[in-house]
This record gives sequence, C-alpha cells and structure tokens, in this order.
Amino acid sequence: MIRKELCEVIRQTEIADSIFEMTVKGEMVKDIRTPGQFVHVKAAGGYDPLLRRPISISSIDRSKNELTMIYRKEGRGTGLLSEKKTGEAIDILGPLGNGFPLDEAKTGETALLVGGGIGVPPLYELSRQLKAKGVKVIHVLGFQTKDSIFYDSKFESLGETYIATADGSYGAMGFVTDVIRELKLQFDVVYACGPTPMLRAIEQNYQDKKVFLSLEERMGCGIGACFACVCHTTDDPKGFSYKKVCSDGPVFRAGEVVI
Amino acid sequence: MNRLNINLPGLDLKNPIMPASGCFGFGREYSQFYNLDVLGAIMIKAATLEPRFGNPTPRVAETSAGMLNAIGLQNPGAHKILTEELPWLDQYDVPVIANIAGSQEDDYVETARIISQAANVHALELNISCPNVKTGGIAFGTIPDVAKQLTRKVKEVSAVPVYVKLSPNVSNIIEMAKSVEDGGADGLTMINTLIGMRLDLKTGKPILANSTGGLSGPAIKPVALRMIYEVSQKTKLPIIGMGGIQSAEDVVEFFYAGASAVAVGTANFVDPFVCPTIIEKLPSLLDKLGIEHISECTGRSWKRNEQPVNHRA
Ligand SMILES: Cc1cc2nc3c(=O)[nH]c(=O)nc-3n(C[C@H](O)[C@H](O)[C@H](O)COP(=O)(O)OP(=O)(O)OC[C@H]3O[C@@H](n4cnc5c(N)ncnc54)[C@H](O)[C@@H]3O)c2cc1C
Ligand SMILES: Cc1cc2nc3c(=O)[nH]c(=O)nc-3n(C[C@H](O)[C@H](O)[C@H](O)COP(=O)(O)O)c2cc1C
Ligand code: FES
Repeated sequence: MIRKELCEVIRQTEIADSIFEMTVKGEMVKDIRTPGQFVHVKAAGGYDPLLRRPISISSIDRSKNELTMIYRKEGRGTGLLSEKKTGEAIDILGPLGNGFPLDEAKTGETALLVGGGIGVPPLYELSRQLKAKGVKVIHVLGFQTKDSIFYDSKFESLGETYIATADGSYGAMGFVTDVIRELKLQFDVVYACGPTPMLRAIEQNYQDKKVFLSLEERMGCGIGACFACVCHTTDDPKGFSYKKVCSDGPVFRAGEVVI
Repeated sequence: MNRLNINLPGLDLKNPIMPASGCFGFGREYSQFYNLDVLGAIMIKAATLEPRFGNPTPRVAETSAGMLNAIGLQNPGAHKILTEELPWLDQYDVPVIANIAGSQEDDYVETARIISQAANVHALELNISCPNVKTGGIAFGTIPDVAKQLTRKVKEVSAVPVYVKLSPNVSNIIEMAKSVEDGGADGLTMINTLIGMRLDLKTGKPILANSTGGLSGPAIKPVALRMIYEVSQKTKLPIIGMGGIQSAEDVVEFFYAGASAVAVGTANFVDPFVCPTIIEKLPSLLDKLGIEHISECTGRSWKRNEQPVNHRA
C-alpha cells in the first residue's frame, strides 16, 4: 500500500560535504518490501517547489517505524529539505516502486554492490539484508572527491569495501568499473545504483552474470500515472512497449530496458 | 440535498470535479488511493488511432508554481483503450470523458468513432491543443476554420456529445471558441497547457528533450480564469474549466469566471487525494459563501443583477 503521510523528522545530519542523512518516522515503513524502493518527498508546503522529489530509502528500522534517506543538496528542493529540523513534519508519499530482488542471491553466494555518488544510499539496506541471509557482500563505491564520501565504515562493517574517487583524492582514482576489473573481484550477482554511464558499463561488462540496475529519471507523479519516466524495453527498442521507472522500476534486470 | 450535481450535455455529474486528461492515466493508479466512484467524471488520457510512444525523456521540468511536460501523447491506441482500459473503468459508476487526438482529420474521426462506442464514454474531449506533438495537430487548435471543420466531422461520427479542448496558445481565444460552436461542439474544455521552456544552468541547453513543453499548475490559473471569463460571455456552450486548480476555493473561482464544471490536473501529482479532498470541502465552502448550489456560481463575475455574495454569512 502506498501512503501519503506527514512524517516526523527524527534527526537530520550533514554526514559529508552537502550530503544529508535524514531519519523520519511513519506508518509507511510497515509497507516497505524491498531495499531500493523510494519515497516521493514534498520539500516544502506551497507551490514552489511544486512537485515532489524522489529519494531512495537507505535504511529502515521496523521496530521504530523509522526510515532513513541520504541525499545530496542539489537544487531548491533538496536545499529546503536540508533545513528541516527534528520534530518538523514532512509530507511523504511512499513506499514507491520495486526494489532489488534479494532472492536472486542465495545463501553462500557473493553479491557485488556497486554504487556511484547518490546511488550509494539504497545499497546500504540491501547490503544489510543480504548479509543477514548469509550472502557475502562486496562493495565498490564511487564518489566525486574525498569530502563527499559517506558511510564507508558502515559498509566496511558488512563486507569488503573498495572506494574510488573521480579526482583520486581518496582510494583508487577513476571509475568503479576499473576497480572491479583491476581487483579481479569474483561474484555471482551484481546490484548497482548510480549515474547512467556507470550502469551502462556494468550492463556491458557482466552480460554473463545476474545484474540488477536501479535507474533514475525525472518524475512527475511517482506512481505510474503521468508517463514522465518511461523507457523503451530491450525487446522492442524503437517500438511502443515501455516500462515506467517509477512503478515498474526503479530496479530492472540488466537487459530488460534500454538505458 | 445534493448541492454539487451538474447536468451538462451527455454528463449527469454527481459533482463537478474530475481529473484532467493526461494527469490520471486511465484511473488505475489512483484507484489504489480512493474509490473512483466519488468523482464527478474522469477525463482519460489522450487516445490516438495508432499506439504512440511519445517523446524522449526528460519529459518533465519544474518551474515556479508549475511544471512543463512534453509527454507527447503516449498511449496504447484507440482499440486497446476500448478493449482494455474502458472495460476496467466500467466497474465504477463514473462517466468517462474520452480525450482524443490525432495528426490529421481522418485520425480524429476514426478515433472518435471507435472510442465513442464504449458504454461508459459519455462525452468526447476533442484535443486540438496538444503543444507537444510535431506534426499536424497545432493547426487544428490555432486556425478557427480548421477547428470548425474538424469539430463538424467528429460530430458526424460521434455517438456522444463532443467537447472541444481549447489551446491558450492563440491570439484570439473567443474566435476559436465561436468557430467550434459553429462546428457543432456541445461544450468547451479549457485551458490546455501554455507552451514554455526551461534551460539547464550547467549545459545551457533545454531541460526537456523536446526543448519546449506545456506549462501547467497554479502558475497558469490567472490565464485560465481570464480566458474562461472572456469565452463564457461570448458563447452559449458550457465550459469545463481547468488550469492550476488545487483547492475548493479555486473551483469556486473558476465557476465565477464562467465554468460549469472543472478538471484538476497537475495537482494530482502533488496530492493523489486532491480530487476527493476538494469534493469533501466544497459544501462547507458554499456554506461560508452563503451559496445554496454550486451552479449559482457560474458566471457570477460578469452576470448582471446578481445578489452580491453574503460575506457576513
Ligand atoms: C528513484 C530515484 C531515487 C533517487 N534517490 C536519491 C537519493 O537517495 N539521494 C539523492 O541525493 N538523490 C536521489 N535521487 C535524485 C533526486 O531525486 C534529485 O537529486 C532531486 O530531485 C533534486 O531536486 P532539487 O530540487 O534539489 O534539484 P533541482 O535540480 O532544482 O530539481 C528540479 C527538478 O528536476 C528533478 N531532478 C533533478 N535532478 C534529478 C535526478 N537526478 N533524478 C530525478 N529527478 C531529478 C527534480 O525532482 C525537480 O523536479 C533519486 C532519483 C530517483 C529518480
Ligand atoms: C503530464 C501531463 C499530461 C497531459 N496530457 C494531456 C493529454 O493527453 N490531453 C490533453 O488534452 N491534455 C493533457 N494535459 C493537459 C491537462 O489536461 C490540463 O489541461 C492542464 O494541465 C491544465 O490543468 P492543470 O494546471 O490543473 O494541470 C496534460 C497535462 C500534464 C501536466
Ligand atoms: S513519474 Fe509519473 S509515470 Fe512515472
């Protein structure tokens, strides 16, 4: 069930340069099914900004009905969001979309989790749940620069973690895909979230593996009604068949849609 | 007593609130949130004769108090809508107004013939005003004689009354309205979106893949009100008004301007419950304004010899 709910801000912290971690409390936590689902957040009352903002759920605490989001302060919407204080209420629609399928990684297998920038957050809950069911997790996370790195130690506590930065200020310099190749990492399943070129490269490189990609697209409704977020399907790349990132995704099996 | 029911050609509405075309799909998504029976009517997403994929993404961009869209009439085609979407909607006791679009006259006529067969389609909304399709289209919405001719042709085949959706992207909206009235239209719906644009600060290029898109939301409300005010005084046709409606107060304002019913578009994206919320709030707003029945509000802005609204009530 999707709820529209006024959620109370429990805490908000700037955890890296312009990266905010916000925990809210709400009944919708009960309806979250898989890691990688997202919520649609109204950053402020009134008409400016008018539309909601899609933000991934980065972790949940079912016992407290709390969910955590991690977002980068980008433009007006996330800017206003970053000013929210403990105790304030935020209008949130969620949970939305279909997340990463956990069943695809079996107990004893190894899952590679690849994240780029603000694509890293949903991988955290995914990693926790995979580990809990006995899947070995390896993380390869890419960031712009040293100051924008977050959650590195949290990921390390769950499994092997490799960091790359675009400018080389921390970890390996360059792309996450280079890191995976150079380290000759071995794995059974890949879960990835990040910029489209990164997702494309992963899809290309691991055609023989089970790969799941979380896509990003500009959204209107977030629930499948407005057709803002559609993409072509791979079996009919120029035709009329389509998937909606908001309600069919945001996570797709590699090869399912044209990215 | 029902203080909200309205009768219009083909439409026996329990209340004058309906979701606007393209902002509610075919109803399925919103049926997760509430029983669609509460709605006055449903304006479904545009149907074209053949399926369309629409424009590349990004298809939406935000702007102050509004949004731009360039969806490009994505839809599964008239036959699929007739056989898959309309039967699904038939479980609800709600009249459907089917929005139809095309690139040439024959497309419109054939689409109208097909879609108007469905028992739950009580009216057609002839979309001659979509700003987001490249071929044909635009002439139907901007050249009065072309619009008149198209209206006449569609009327000939349609089994149900035909409302024509006017574009605000014209220099003389009254002339357009009168032309489609001459062509035999049963009513008007207005306004469609205003053509606009946003540019990306980093790249300098348009945000929308289509470059331009249709502006909707609260930002266009004054334009819609002005156009309804002008057109309602010059034609006899009933008007279903739309453009930035978010609240019960907005609805009454549209009635004052000259509308007999209203549609809510963009607001559904912000609040999926916006239509039922407005319907629920209207009676107490009418009480506050000292109005018995909502129909009394239509055209109050320009009608003579009207009792002023009792502001002390
Ligand atoms: C499924 C999904 C999950 C996401 N999860 C996260 C997350 O966990 N953390 C995070 O920091 N960001 C996430 N994003 C991106 C986030 O939605 C944008 O950064 C945010 O909308 C920017 O809003 P703004 O007002 O600050 O920026 P502005 O640039 O002012 O926004 C203008 C408009 O563009 C849209 N927009 C801008 N950038 C994006 C983008 N990258 N993707 C989609 N729409 C965009 C906005 O929603 C808004 O409608 C996610 C996006 C999607 C689609
Ligand atoms: C995403 C989107 C899709 C739309 N699609 C259609 C359409 O298919 N046919 C049509 O006649 N109008 C379409 N419209 C226009 C709306 O029906 C309405 O006329 C307009 O948005 C103004 O109302 P609003 O400000 O309440 O949204 C669309 C608008 C939006 C925002
Ligand atoms: S955002 Fe509206 S359909 Fe996906």
